[in-house]
Amino acid sequence: MNALQIVVIPFFFIIFTLLSMALGRFMCAVFRRDAGMNARFSGSWERRLLGMIGIRADFEMTWKQYALNLILFNAIGMLVVYTMQRFQSILPMNPFRLPAVRADIALNTAISFVTNTNWQAYAGESTMSRLVQMSGLTVQNFLSAGTGMAVAVALTRGLIRQERTTIGNYWVDLVRSVLFILLPMSICLSMLLVSQGVVQTFASGIEISGIDPQAGNGDPSNGKQVIPLGPVASQVAIKQLGSNGGGYFNSNSAHPFENPTGLSNIIEIMAILLIPGAFCFTFGHLLGAPRQGWILFGSMAILFLPLFFLSAAEERMGNPALARLGVEQSAGNLEGKEVRFGALTSALWASATTATSNGSVNSSHDSCQPLSGMVLLLFMQLGEVVFGGVGSGLYGMLMFAIMAVFIAGLMVGRTPEYLGKKLESFEMKMAALSILIPPSCVLIGTAAACLVPDIRFSLTNPGPHGFSEILYAFSSAANNNGSAFGGLDASRPFLTVTLAVCMILGRYWVILPVLAIAGSLARKKRIPSSSGTLRTDTPLFMLLLVGSILLIGALTFVPALAVGPVIEHLQLTACNRAMP
Amino acid sequence: MKPGMASIRLPERAILGEAFRDTFLKLDPRELIRNPVMFIVEVGSVFASVLFLLSGLSPSPDSPPWFIGSIAIWLWFTVLFANFAEALAEGRGKAQAANLRRARMDTTAKRLLAPERGSRYDVVSSAQLRRDDLVIVEAGDLVPGDGEVIEGIASVDESAITGESAPVIRESGGDRSAVTGGTKILSDWLIVRVTSNPGDSFLDRMISMVENASRQKTPNEISLNIMLSMLTLIFLLVTVTLHVFATFSSGGATSIPLVVLIALLICLIPTTIGGLLSAIGIAGMDRLIQTNVIAMSGRAIEAAGDVDVLMLDKTGTITLGNRQAVAFLPSEGIDAVTLAEAAQFASLTDETPEGRSIVVLAKKQFGIRARELTGQSADFIPFSAGTRMSGVDVDGHRIRKGSLDAVQRFVAAEGGSIPNCVLAAVEQIARSGGTPLVVVDRRLVLGVIHLKDIVKGGIRDRFAAMHRIGIRTVMITGDNPITASAIAAEAGVDDFMAEATPEKKLGMIRELQAGGHLVAMTGDGTNDAPALAQADVAVAMNSGTQAAKEAGNMIDLDSNPTKLLDVVAIGKQMLITRGALTTFSLANDISKYFAIIPAAFASIFPELALLNIMDLHSPQSAVLSAVIFNALIIVALIPLALHGVRYTPATADRLLRRNLLIYGLGGLALPFPCIKLIDLIIQFLGG
Repeated sequence: MNALQIVVIPFFFIIFTLLSMALGRFMCAVFRRDAGMNARFSGSWERRLLGMIGIRADFEMTWKQYALNLILFNAIGMLVVYTMQRFQSILPMNPFRLPAVRADIALNTAISFVTNTNWQAYAGESTMSRLVQMSGLTVQNFLSAGTGMAVAVALTRGLIRQERTTIGNYWVDLVRSVLFILLPMSICLSMLLVSQGVVQTFASGIEISGIDPQAGNGDPSNGKQVIPLGPVASQVAIKQLGSNGGGYFNSNSAHPFENPTGLSNIIEIMAILLIPGAFCFTFGHLLGAPRQGWILFGSMAILFLPLFFLSAAEERMGNPALARLGVEQSAGNLEGKEVRFGALTSALWASATTATSNGSVNSSHDSCQPLSGMVLLLFMQLGEVVFGGVGSGLYGMLMFAIMAVFIAGLMVGRTPEYLGKKLESFEMKMAALSILIPPSCVLIGTAAACLVPDIRFSLTNPGPHGFSEILYAFSSAANNNGSAFGGLDASRPFLTVTLAVCMILGRYWVILPVLAIAGSLARKKRIPSSSGTLRTDTPLFMLLLVGSILLIGALTFVPALAVGPVIEHLQLTACNRAMP
Repeated sequence: MKPGMASIRLPERAILGEAFRDTFLKLDPRELIRNPVMFIVEVGSVFASVLFLLSGLSPSPDSPPWFIGSIAIWLWFTVLFANFAEALAEGRGKAQAANLRRARMDTTAKRLLAPERGSRYDVVSSAQLRRDDLVIVEAGDLVPGDGEVIEGIASVDESAITGESAPVIRESGGDRSAVTGGTKILSDWLIVRVTSNPGDSFLDRMISMVENASRQKTPNEISLNIMLSMLTLIFLLVTVTLHVFATFSSGGATSIPLVVLIALLICLIPTTIGGLLSAIGIAGMDRLIQTNVIAMSGRAIEAAGDVDVLMLDKTGTITLGNRQAVAFLPSEGIDAVTLAEAAQFASLTDETPEGRSIVVLAKKQFGIRARELTGQSADFIPFSAGTRMSGVDVDGHRIRKGSLDAVQRFVAAEGGSIPNCVLAAVEQIARSGGTPLVVVDRRLVLGVIHLKDIVKGGIRDRFAAMHRIGIRTVMITGDNPITASAIAAEAGVDDFMAEATPEKKLGMIRELQAGGHLVAMTGDGTNDAPALAQADVAVAMNSGTQAAKEAGNMIDLDSNPTKLLDVVAIGKQMLITRGALTTFSLANDISKYFAIIPAAFASIFPELALLNIMDLHSPQSAVLSAVIFNALIIVALIPLALHGVRYTPATADRLLRRNLLIYGLGGLALPFPCIKLIDLIIQFLGG
C-alpha cells in the first residue's frame, strides 16, 4: 500500500470541507435575489436569457406551477433526447456511422439522463453519435443537475418564507444554477482535466497496430485497432460536477482518456463531492443560520466516513480466496481496478460516487469485496442523502430531517416543528412518500427481476452475488445514481423498461412531494423559538438525524443485504475460518 | 385527583370486566381496520392459524405444527393485548359518561309564561324546552337545562358535574349567572332563561366528549398514523420480497417457511406504538378529566402542549383573591397603636376581606381585641361608590378610611389637610405595588394602612418552571402600571398588561398570534368571551357566564385558574408519551432482526448463524421468542401509555436527551436480554 495514498485521504477531506464552505457561500449569493456579488453583471445576463424565452424574472410560482413547469420541461427534454438517438443515423456529427439506437435503450437513456441518473444500458463510444453525446446527453447533464438544484432552493425558500403562496420561479432557479454555477465550474474543471491529458477533440480516433493482433475492438484480420476520441473533457467535467456520471466511454473514468493520472483521479473525486457538500452550507447561509448547514454536513460526514473506512479496509485487505491461491494481496484487492489508482483511491471513488448520486466509476464495483460492495449498495439505499446528488442530496436530507423532527419533536412535548415551521399531517404524508418511494421501487423491481425465468442468463454469477448484481441495478436506478455493479446485462428489454420506470418514479415521486412541502411550509407562519423548541442545530440532533437515516435505510434493506453481500462475505470467509 | 371525582367513578373491577369483554368485541375487522398496524397483525394471525390447520396434513421439519400453532396463538395475543389497552382506556371514560348520563335524565320543568316570580307556569318535560324559554327552579328542583339566571339567588349543588360537594351560589347578573342542566337547587329560587336546545347542552357535549374520545383523532395522532401506516406498508413489501430474494439467492431450491415470514412482518411493523396509540390519546383526555377540566376537543389538549404564551389573570391566579393589610404607617406624632385601634374600629363591620384583614393585623401586631359594640351608639358608614370611604361615627369621633383623594376631600371639608409625611408614605406604598388606605379622625390624619396583594405560595416556582420550558407568562390586571409591575416582579411573570380592558386583551392575543405564538388564557366573565374565542387554548371557569363557557374550548369545573399550568403539562405529556413509544417501537426492530434473520435462513444459508449473537437455542425458539416479546411488550407498556411518560418541566434539549436515552437506546438494548430470557424459558419447556 502506497504510504502517499494514506496521507492523501485526510488531506482530501480537509480540502473538501474548505472548498465546500467557500462554494456554499458563493452559491448562496447566486440564489439570493439581492445577489451582492456583481449583481448587476449577473442580473443582466439572467434577464437577457430569461427574456429570450419570455420569462419575467420577478414572476413567482406556486408549488403546483413550479412542479408543472419542471415536469413539462423534463418531459420535453426526454422527448428530444429520445428522438435524437432514434434519428442519429441521418443526423450530422456521426463519424462512425452508428445506426439508430434501439427503441427501449433510447427510452432508457433519455429517461436516465433527464432524471440525473445516467444509467447507461449501452457502450457510449460505440452506440451514441457525437451529436447525441454533446447536444443531447451533455445538455441534459447540465439541465438535470440544474433541476435538482432548483428544487433544493425552492424547498429552502419554503422554509424561509412566511405566509406566502409562492416558492420562486423554476426558470430563474434553473438558469442561475446552470449559468453561474455549473457552467463556469465545468469550464474550469475541463481545463484542469485537459492539463492532465483528458482528450477534447473532434478527431475521429487513432488507428494503431496493437502488440497482440487479436486484442482490441478493431478488425483482427489486419491487426489494426481504432481507439475512439472525442470531446471528452467537457463531458467528464459536468458528469462529475452535476452528479450525472454518464461517461463518454463505456469504461467511464477507468478509461485513460477520461481519467489519465492519479491527480486527475483525485480532482474528479473532489468534483463528485463538491457541489452536494457545498449545498449544505448554501442552505445554512440562505437561512441565515450557518449552524443548520453544518449540522447537515456533519450528519453526512458521520455517515460517509465509517462506511467508507469499512469499504477501504475490505479493499486493502485483498481477496482471501485469491490469497489462498498464493496470489500476492499486499496491494489490496486489485481485481477490476486500475493499477494507476490503486485499491484505496478506487475505494474512495466508489464510496463517493455511490454516496452522492453520481454514478461514474473508475473501477469495477462487481469486483469489490462483498462487504465493500454492501457499503456501495447501502450508500444508494439510504436514499442518496449522504451528500447525495446536486440539490437532490439536500432536499432528500431535509425530508429525513422532517421525519427525525417528527419523532423527536413529539418527545419534547410539542407539535413537531422544523426551523419554526409546524409539521402537520400533510408534510408527514409527503415526506413519508418521498422517503419510501425509492426503496419500494428497489424492492419491487428487484423482486420482479428475480422472478423473470431466465434472468440468470443476463448475469455473470448465480447465487448471492448474482442477486447483488440485480439489487445494485435497481438501487442505482431508483435512487438516480446510475452507477452499475457490472455483471448484469442491462440492455435486456425487460431491464431497460423496468429500470426506466424506477428512474422516473425515484426522481419525480421525490421531487413532487418535496415541492408540495415547500409550498405548504411557505404558507405557514414561523413560530418563534424558545427553550421549549427542539433545537436542530445541536450535535444531539445530528446524531438523531443519522440514527433516523440508518434506521429507515437499514430496517428496509437488512434482509436484502443479508441474502446478498452479507452471505457472500460469510461464505468467502467461511473457508478461512475452516482452514486457518 | 379530586376526592369528589373519585367517588363518582365505577369501581376499577367493573371497568376491568368490561374491558375484557370489549377486548374481544374489538376483534371485529370492520372496527380494527381503523388501526392499520393492528389490522395487519390480525390478518397475520388468521393466516398463521390457517397454516396451523393445514400443517397437520403435511408436516415439515422446518416448521412443525407446535411451532406454527404457538406463533398463531401469540399473534392473536398481540392483537388482544392492543385491544385490551384501548378498552381499558375507554373504560374510564365510559364509566364517567354513565354517571353524567344519569344526571341528564329527563326532568320536569316549570315553564314560566311571564318573566316574574309568581306568574303562571306550565309543567313540561325538560326535553320540550327550547332556547329562550323561561323556567323557574325552586329548592329541591333539578335545573332542567343550561341557562342564564335572570332573577334570584340560590345555592346550587353541582356535584353531578364537578364532583365537588360544596354548594355554589348562582345569581343574576355578574359572572356567576350560568347554571347547568342536571344540577340541583338547594335553597331559594332562580328564574332561568334556557340557552340551549335539547341534545345540545353542556352535559350532552361533555358526555359525547368523554365517550367519543377514541373516535376523534387529534392532528398529531393523524400524522403519526400516516407515518406508522407507511412503515407498515414498506415492511409488508420487505417481507414479501424477502421470500423472492431468498429463493433466488439460494438457487431456487428452498425458501423461508411462510410462518416465519409472517412472524418477521409482525415483529417489524410498529405494533408497540400501533397498539397503544389510541390508548395514549384516550388516557390523556382522561387525565385532563381527572383534574376536572373538560376539553371540548382533543385538538385543544394537543394545542395546550404547543402553547408558548400564557395569559393569566392576576386575581385568583397569581394573587390570592384579595388584598390584605400588612402594615400600619402612623403620621407624625401619632402612636402606631392609636392608628391600629382606629383602623380596626372603622373596619369592624366591614365584611370585605380587606376590612377583615385590617382587624386581624391590628390584633396580631398590637394585641388589640375587637371592641365590644354593645352599649355604644356607633354609627357605621359603609363603603359607597359616591364617597369611596367607609368608617364609623362614635362618641364624637368620625373615623374614616379610604383612598387618598377621597379622604383628602373629607379632611378638607373638616378644615384640615394631609401632612407631607403621610403623602410620602402613600406614594411609597403605591410605588411598591400596594394600595394605601388613609385613616383619619375628623381633621386629624392618623396614618396609612398598607394593603398588599398576596402572591400565591409556590406560584413563583411554577412560573420559573414555565420559563424554563420556553413558555412566556403574561399577567393581566386592571391595576395601574406601577402596582402591576411590582406584583409582576414579585410573582416572577415574564410580562404584564396593566389597566387591561377586554379590547386590550383581544388585541394582545391577536398580536401574539400574528407573531406565530400560541396563546392560552383563562376567563370567566362575559367580557372575556371575545378574548377566549380568539385564544388557542381557552379555559373557561365553570362558575363563569354562559358566554365565556361557549367561547372557551376547555371548561374547568373547579374554576381554578391556576390549573392552566396543569393543562399545559398534560398536553405535553401526551405528546411525549406518543413520541417515546414510537421511538421505542422502532428501535426494537434492530434486535428482532438479529433474532429472526439467522433463524429464517437456518436451512438455506447456515452461515448466517454467525449473526445469531444472542445464541438463541433453535430457529423455532428464536422466532417464537421474538414474537412473544413483541406481544408482551405491549402489555408491559400499558401502564406507561395510560399514566403517561414522566414529565418534568425542562428545556426541549434536556427532554430530548433524556427521552432519547431511555426510549431510544433503551429500545435498542432492552429486547436483547428479554428475547434471550424468553428463549431460555422456551428451551426449558422443551421447545
